[in-house]
Amino acid sequence: QGGGSAVIDMENMDDTSGSSFEDMGEMHQRMKEEEEEEAEGEAGAAEEEDGEFLGMKGLRGQLGRQVADQMWQVGKRQASRAFSLYANIDILRPYFDVEPIQVRARLLESMIPVKMINFPQKIAGELYGPLMLVFTLVAILLHGMKTSDTIIREGTLMGTAIGTCFGYWLGVSSFIYFLAYLCNAQITMVQMLSLLGYGLFGHCITLFVTYNIHFHSLFYIFWLGVGGLSTLRMVAVLVSRTVGHTQRLILCGTLAALHMLFLLYLHFAYHKVVEGILDTLEGPNMPPFQRVARDIPVVSNAVLNTTAKAIALTL
Amino acid sequence: FAGLADVSISEDIPVEGEITVPVGSRSPDEDFSTLDEPVRDTIMRDLKAVGKKFVHVMYPKKSSALLRDWDLWGPLVLCVSLALMLQGGSADSKDDGGPQFAEVFVIIWFGAVVITLNSKLLGGTISFFQSLCVLGYCVLPLTVAMLVCRLVLLAGSGTISFVIRLIVVVAMFGWSTLASTAFLADSQPPNRKALVVYPIFLFYFVISWMILTFTPQ
Repeated sequence: QGGGSAVIDMENMDDTSGSSFEDMGEMHQRMKEEEEEEAEGEAGAAEEEDGEFLGMKGLRGQLGRQVADQMWQVGKRQASRAFSLYANIDILRPYFDVEPIQVRARLLESMIPVKMINFPQKIAGELYGPLMLVFTLVAILLHGMKTSDTIIREGTLMGTAIGTCFGYWLGVSSFIYFLAYLCNAQITMVQMLSLLGYGLFGHCITLFVTYNIHFHSLFYIFWLGVGGLSTLRMVAVLVSRTVGHTQRLILCGTLAALHMLFLLYLHFAYHKVVEGILDTLEGPNMPPFQRVARDIPVVSNAVLNTTAKAIALTL
Repeated sequence: FAGLADVSISEDIPVEGEITVPVGSRSPDEDFSTLDEPVRDTIMRDLKAVGKKFVHVMYPKKSSALLRDWDLWGPLVLCVSLALMLQGGSADSKDDGGPQFAEVFVIIWFGAVVITLNSKLLGGTISFFQSLCVLGYCVLPLTVAMLVCRLVLLAGSGTISFVIRLIVVVAMFGWSTLASTAFLADSQPPNRKALVVYPIFLFYFVISWMILTFTPQ
């Protein structure tokens, strides 16, 4: 009897989830009660079976069952305690505490660079908006990849889109946070994630427009204008939180370069095609979204001019 | 413990109740045991439950049947049939242009899990599996749209067929989103409904997009 409860107590002591003395005491008490029951059952069974001439088999079966039951209870308790400790999504709950009006306000603010850089600007540490923007970017990217018949050889369209967007958001945030740590900037990881996430709003708008209207010069205008505005905003906020010219230069230069280059990359890597539009204009028998990218770099200027004229005519 | 020495029950109050301790559960002979019924009964009962939920999705009224007895059979069947129908729709048969089975499967389940976590984090009162159940069942209109698209594509693949497919897919997408919103939005605080509806909209939009851009070989 003492041996059984000692084994179970040892398991509890090895458990580093910080079980309190009350818990252990309670468990010990429960174990003791169960063992008393088991002892009674054992004694009762022994009497019955001696009387019914069944011998040792019945006794061992009941004992085995009760021990198995105990082990199951202990295991279940430990598993549920570990689960409630590590898989607790309530850790993230404060970052999702936001109203729709706030999200809309922050989206619009992410395009407006602040003027006051001598005073640390407030960054909301919220993760709902950035997460939704990353998913929206994934959806837009998928749209762009589909309409340009991008062929991914080592992987899938969806996997590439998700990997690119989440990789950028998490990877660049961590990298800039690390740089911020080196340059003594006042920013936390959640704030950095939030800032970069909202900065993707400009990317979403640009890509949404330019994946549908295939005009290279339009893309460059949007790249500089919309992309530039959201980059300026992020840079201004970071500058307001950093002291020292060299540090400001390093941090903001890196962020601006990465952000603008990412937009350029998204447009050119996943969307090949001005040439393809001519096929749909010329070939009514070809089903849509079946555009084949052709390599005619020599005539691309003539193609652009023709397209521009055609659009001007239709307008 | 000196004070406890004189605690006693007076003899004219009858003491009653059961003293026997139940040794084990009497499961084999209870009313809700389903172990002894014929297999046909079990399957028919589950099929009827799934069918009833399909009807609830197609005519979304205010009912709690979907939420109360959630099950994941319907979503599994719908997801597998959608993924099978979407397979192999690539422009060039040599390369992986179209969504493969695993891709569609993962998108649907991963997307549903993310939406569920999001709605829980925003303060929803619905449980994890209930939400998965609702989102899975509301894929039904899109599966119907996929069937229709495949039939239309058998007839031909010109502009008219594209327009028909576009209309059908957009209508079914709207139906799916409305149906799932009708079930899920009630469990949220009233001023945050838009925050929960947006990811659902995005999720069904991605699935509709995969259906619309499907082209057979």
